Amino acid sequence: MTATVSAGPAPRRRRRGRRLPIGRILLLGIYLMFILAPLYWVLITSIKPSDDYLAVPPVWFPDAPTIVHYTAALFAYRGLQGLINSLIISISATALSCLIGTLMAYSLARFRTGGMHLSFWVLSQRFLPPIAIILPLFLNYRLVGLQDTHVGMILAYTMFTLPVTVWMMYAYFRQMPRSLEDAALVDGCTRWQALWTVAIPLAVPGIVAAAIFTFIACWTEFFFALVLTSRDAFTLPTVFRAFLSFQGAQYGEASALAIVSLGPSIILGVLVQKHLVRGLTLGAIRG
Amino acid sequence: MADVKITGLHKRYSGGVHAVRGVDLAIPDGQFTVLVGPSGCGKSTLLRTIAGLEEADEGTIEIGGEVVNDYRPRDRDVAMVFQDYALYPHMVVAKNIGFGLRARKLPPEQIKARVAEAAEMLGITGLLDRYPRQLSGGQRQRVAIGRAIVRDPKLFLFDEPLSNLDAQLRDEMRTEIKRLHQEIGTTMIYVTHDQIEAMTLADRIVLMRDGVIEQQGAPLELFERPATRFVAGFLGSPQMNFVESRIERADGRLALVFDEGRSLPLDPARASAFEPWAGRPVTLGVRPEHISRPADGTARKPSDQPIDVLIDLVQPTGTRTYAEFKLNGTEVTVELPSHTVEKPGTTIELVVDMSRVILIDPETRDVIPG
Repeated sequence: MTATVSAGPAPRRRRRGRRLPIGRILLLGIYLMFILAPLYWVLITSIKPSDDYLAVPPVWFPDAPTIVHYTAALFAYRGLQGLINSLIISISATALSCLIGTLMAYSLARFRTGGMHLSFWVLSQRFLPPIAIILPLFLNYRLVGLQDTHVGMILAYTMFTLPVTVWMMYAYFRQMPRSLEDAALVDGCTRWQALWTVAIPLAVPGIVAAAIFTFIACWTEFFFALVLTSRDAFTLPTVFRAFLSFQGAQYGEASALAIVSLGPSIILGVLVQKHLVRGLTLGAIRG
Repeated sequence: MADVKITGLHKRYSGGVHAVRGVDLAIPDGQFTVLVGPSGCGKSTLLRTIAGLEEADEGTIEIGGEVVNDYRPRDRDVAMVFQDYALYPHMVVAKNIGFGLRARKLPPEQIKARVAEAAEMLGITGLLDRYPRQLSGGQRQRVAIGRAIVRDPKLFLFDEPLSNLDAQLRDEMRTEIKRLHQEIGTTMIYVTHDQIEAMTLADRIVLMRDGVIEQQGAPLELFERPATRFVAGFLGSPQMNFVESRIERADGRLALVFDEGRSLPLDPARASAFEPWAGRPVTLGVRPEHISRPADGTARKPSDQPIDVLIDLVQPTGTRTYAEFKLNGTEVTVELPSHTVEKPGTTIELVVDMSRVILIDPETRDVIPG
């Protein structure tokens, strides 16, 4: 920290860095408690024997950790099948949404396709509450045989995430200097080549950020999955329904599955952290 | 190598902007043509239309005798240098320069050799492995030029290539571009709003205003024989002085008479051309360098007219001093040798070289020939 020297009577300056910033630590501590305490509770519950769930005083760490909840959640409750379904559906929908969304955003940004109304209409899709479209969607799916299929879920999630992808990429392409593609066109590229060799490589941070949002939205989506799937294409979030029954709540199994479902998001976040920050700040591209 | 011929070109943007309004232009092979004009005059649009980045609404563009209106930019065989350099940030310099050759599927060895040759020519061989973000502004501009020359195109287009550089670098690159043109001799079209760049670089200046060509010709021709007040005022720094006046006949001679009472007899050699204007208002146009301090002992030319003025502002630049005085209520700038006048408030005698002044019709704003 640089202190500026000023003339006249010495101004009363707070000595920074000497005293502990108690206020800050307190604030961050409370914030962390809110974030971490539930996580800790879930993690511990997933390895607690059933008797310890609601013990008073609470059991902070079980004497005999167990993995029975994991095996039960994954196999008896078909959690593994849900995990696989979720991975297939989320990854496919993310890929489709990013591909279509990027191309659409490019078209909107560079050629003003559909004037100003089309781009607004795309975003306005998100104004619609899902409940408004879920019944017609369900009936149509039953009619064409897409109900409870992977393809049906992939299409539904692609449609559902497309507006956000388009808008993120639209903003990204808008701030990308046009002259880069102009240069590529004059240099000998077709419009298509200019897109693939210049615009898309430069848009990668934006695409990665959009992909993560899309993936997380698909991964955690519950409502569409609940209505549109049953025995075959059910996703991980829908498995949690089974843990609440007349016999009581299966805290251990629910916690175990919750921990499992956290995995992909965490792995993804760590892998693309660098891109994510650049993408979210709409990474300024300077030549 | 190619000539360029543009006939009846119009370009309108959606939203109603009519950027280019009927331009006819013939550029001979190998000429360095500068399109110059104030911002929004349509010069950049004209350039982009030649490149194929904008579509012409009317008229034809011919490059090397071929009408290229329906050609894509890549098929026009032109190279373009952009104001913001437009280097591909995700490619190193060598890849940037070779990009056009790769897009045209040349064999890699040939690309390498040509990139090396272009880099050598521009003195950027040491930078080939760097990314654009690791380069200074001047180096980036060199790479952008390298990317253009490596393709050996029929025609070079420059869109204000120097306006993002600082003054010193701008002078340096200007010299280099001029030298480049002398070396390779390819037809070049260069857009700028800077009249000094236009004057120094051009074989021919095309001065545009509001989407049409105001005047075109060799730089000195435009400078010395402007067709309109706009051209006269645009070229030259400091700007030409314009003073309202009228032509009157006195003692059988024509003179410029100012409302404040002073008068300047016209150059007898040119006076006959202004005969029809006797008794009518005109605008006097005189460049700062055509008003001077009479040198002692030298014979005065018959066209030199003395005038006593009260200097009210002095701006020394080192080599020259710019001074201002009021003539008929208008500030007039005059360029004098250093130390001619030290302080405002002094009255000195100056002479106006009446053989070099222009007279302008205040209504049409055209220069009166003569």
